[in-house]
Amino acid sequence: MSVSPDAKPKLPRGVRLTHNEAQGGWVLLAPERVFKADAIAAEIVKRCTGEATLSEIVDDLAKTFNAPRERIETDVTAMLTNLAEKRLIEL
Amino acid sequence: MDAMPQRAPRPLGLLAELTHRCPLGCPYCSNPLALEPRADELDTASWARVFKEAAALGVLQVHLSGGEPAARRDLPELTKAAHDAGLYTNLITSAVGITAETFGKLSDAGLDHVQISIQDNEPGTADHIAGYKGAYKRKEALATEVTRLGIPLTVNAVMHRANIDHVEEMVALALTLGAKRVEIAHVQYYGWALKNRAQLMPTREQVDRAVATVERLRKEHHGQIVIDAVVPDYYARFPKACVGGWGRRSLNITPSGKVLPCHAAESIPGLTFWNVRAHSLADIWDNSPAFMAFRGTDWMQEPCRSCPKREEDFGGCRCQAFALTGDARAADPVCHLSPHHALVGELAEARADAAYEYRR
Repeated sequence: MSVSPDAKPKLPRGVRLTHNEAQGGWVLLAPERVFKADAIAAEIVKRCTGEATLSEIVDDLAKTFNAPRERIETDVTAMLTNLAEKRLIEL
Repeated sequence: MDAMPQRAPRPLGLLAELTHRCPLGCPYCSNPLALEPRADELDTASWARVFKEAAALGVLQVHLSGGEPAARRDLPELTKAAHDAGLYTNLITSAVGITAETFGKLSDAGLDHVQISIQDNEPGTADHIAGYKGAYKRKEALATEVTRLGIPLTVNAVMHRANIDHVEEMVALALTLGAKRVEIAHVQYYGWALKNRAQLMPTREQVDRAVATVERLRKEHHGQIVIDAVVPDYYARFPKACVGGWGRRSLNITPSGKVLPCHAAESIPGLTFWNVRAHSLADIWDNSPAFMAFRGTDWMQEPCRSCPKREEDFGGCRCQAFALTGDARAADPVCHLSPHHALVGELAEARADAAYEYRR
């Protein structure tokens, strides 16, 4: 599955990213399910507002973390594809 | 630094019983027989404080329940308080008493998920089981509103002798209503359900058919709807890991603020429960006698103590062990290794077609 650079990924209603210190950081919450999110995953999901395009998200991450754009694009696409299959992200 | 005792695990879920008031009278209700009166209920500000304390303790999801949570006029404020505390909010409702207007307020408050109980796919039977005329219609109406607003919906179908042959119809109904998940929830015998056990208990043949139907439907509807179901207690060989282990993953707060390790815990004599009016939630979780009583495995007797599954099912349910054997430290007699296991089979055979004793 490929993701269009113009896709505007967002969390569907009923899925939420939250930070909980006692549980050790970021978690993605869905009906009856809880997923731990590492710092990188959280940075990606935070930007999935339904307004920014995939391309813009990648630009922002590359700039913020001073990392090569191509590698970021590969990682972000792979993660969003995985989350979309679990219905945790809408593309 | 001082040596710290081993810290208790952090809870993930909070069942907030906002009120015991409910317009329905379902005979399978697991609320206690002695329902707490409205005058004793925690106020809005106390619940808001408790939600913040829960999030700080590690709780991620709050189940707004009851009774019927909508019997509280301040349900939108409570939902907002839970949402603002960072909790994932799940409304567990009978749907009776929630208009489209009220539901709009709940949605605006940040409600994340809704679970509606449906008593049967036949409106007449459903209303009879609920002890409330017109209940079924209101459930359909609210389910429609929930999915219209794009909020994920779970249908909770409590199954017993009168409706267990309708598993297929209940799943079809859940699909029609737009639910993404359906719970085929076999009655668990606590509180009012224990009182109505002989009237509710299905037969072995019914249970076998229901289990086979669920397996077939899971394949047929794979990707459309998630069907959650477990083998009903009295027909199982192994006990359920009740509440994921005592004082391990979840906690329950009664309308008056008592904090329980599970919703039926008050049925065990001799336990001391602390109240959120007097203690912080973290103090209660870590130190209250009721939570300490059966946390971990040190309290266990044989056959649990040396059982290789003791960290998986934690000896089953303490309330059921007490209700059926008189000893809360005994193995849950649902387990085939319990010396009392034969009793479970005898009780399952003790069916009677008497009228329900409605929860009132």
